[in-house]
Amino acid sequence: MVNEIIIAGFGGQGVLSMGKILAYSGLMEGKEVSWFPSYGPEQRGGTANVTVILSDNTISSPIVSEYDIAIILNQPSLDKFESQVKPGGILLYDPEGIPRAPKRTDISVYKIEAMATASELKNQKAFNMFVLGGLLKVCPIVTLEHVMMGLKKSLPERHHSMLPMNEQAILKGMEIVEEMNKSAS
Amino acid sequence: MSEEIYLMKGNEAIAHAAIRIGVDGYFGYPITPQSEIIETLMAEAPWTTTGMVVMQAESETASINMVYGGAGCGKMVMTSSSSTGMSLMQEGVSFLAGGNLPCLLINVMRGGPGLGTIQPSQSDYFQTVKGGGHGDYKMITLAPASVQEMADFVDLGFELAFKYSTPATILADGVIGQMMEKVKLPEFRRRRTEKEIREQCPWATLGKPADRKPNVITTLQLDSAVMEKCNLDLQAKYKEIEANEIRYQEIDCEDIDYLIVAFGSAARISQKAIELARAEGIKVGVLRPITLWPFPTKIIKEYASKVKGILTVEMNAGQMVEDVRLSVNGQVPVEHFGRLGGIIPTPNEVVVALKEKMGC
Repeated sequence: MVNEIIIAGFGGQGVLSMGKILAYSGLMEGKEVSWFPSYGPEQRGGTANVTVILSDNTISSPIVSEYDIAIILNQPSLDKFESQVKPGGILLYDPEGIPRAPKRTDISVYKIEAMATASELKNQKAFNMFVLGGLLKVCPIVTLEHVMMGLKKSLPERHHSMLPMNEQAILKGMEIVEEMNKSAS
Repeated sequence: MSEEIYLMKGNEAIAHAAIRIGVDGYFGYPITPQSEIIETLMAEAPWTTTGMVVMQAESETASINMVYGGAGCGKMVMTSSSSTGMSLMQEGVSFLAGGNLPCLLINVMRGGPGLGTIQPSQSDYFQTVKGGGHGDYKMITLAPASVQEMADFVDLGFELAFKYSTPATILADGVIGQMMEKVKLPEFRRRRTEKEIREQCPWATLGKPADRKPNVITTLQLDSAVMEKCNLDLQAKYKEIEANEIRYQEIDCEDIDYLIVAFGSAARISQKAIELARAEGIKVGVLRPITLWPFPTKIIKEYASKVKGILTVEMNAGQMVEDVRLSVNGQVPVEHFGRLGGIIPTPNEVVVALKEKMGC
């Protein structure tokens, strides 16, 4: 089993750290993992994306042409990566700042209003955890238990008091994710 | 090898490996995409544990000359930089080679020329392998393709550098430096004592005991006959390295019609590309040179009599392809595919190039 995942958005949205948590979660499950970031010289505000691969076998390339799962958090990323989702794959997006919705009908499309929920709950920092929760709901590639273990590994110890808040946010994300299109395959 | 598995960036793996194998000193100046090396070393503060010195020099020129000083004392010393910073070091690199001094250099390549880009590239192949500095010298060049090899090649690089008393380079790129993978780090080894260094490196300028003449490390020989002897000695050493130290990996190379030759991250991408190509019925394998110098000429020549064509995949405009063509000597077509300026080729692009350029 291989999951080739792209997470793309603006720098500062927690794109790279969400990828890191997924990678650590994969590590906790004993999978092979790779995490490859791509971002401009400016980390906040510029576009940022990360390719995360979780696999039961050795990973040949950390860079791939097509993805099983795309998590899209801004319009430029949707424009770039929508066409690169494998037929039958998954696209999860936050409609905030994405006026042109995904068009593909041969993939499963899910919407998560993570930014709006973060604003409503006055908890901007939980944004990427809502998204991660949404992903785990629609495609449980790793267990919540391993995600929490991965989170603990990837967070510096001084932030470990935030772990319960993160778990709550993941559970909230699982609640608010909506199916927009179901791929036939 | 320690049994514990870590998830870390290639750059971080280099720093941890250096501390663990008992390196004496790191001198460097930060530059993207390899700043995590000095950042990790500073965070780990090995001067409080192993006694390893970590110094941010005022420039790359200063770093390489600090390396020259440390290497002259027989110490295990290293520096790291990226492309444009390596250019600044080339005078010192030539001096290290001419002075027969062991050290480890790390270049995590970015796109050039000039300041270029901070994105990954492999365009310093010529600079490293063909001699970026002046004079007839060769550089032992190791090309890692995984985070594990980033960690392993620190030890291997020093081993070869000391075995032959010559500089060695780890030629990585921004992909391998920045990506995270699982890695096992080397076991901790204590730094060598001064007594051990005196025994292992009798040439080291560590202070003259009463019973021998002073050791002199110099690259200046105004008598041409003496200088020619120095050059011939260097060449004899390089012949020995070429005879003993070639390393490469063959991936799915049984029963092939076509061969891709690629190093570093381009080899990883090519590995995925051959999975895709094989699904379409194209019989293709990857030969990955691990040492770029000494270059695996012989094995490539052997493949030339078995395949219809060879494609090199490089993140540059075609550099290693020249060495592949020299190895093959016209026996089969050798073509190059590359992306430039920090663009990373995708596996699909490699498959398309394979079909177009090899006609398969």
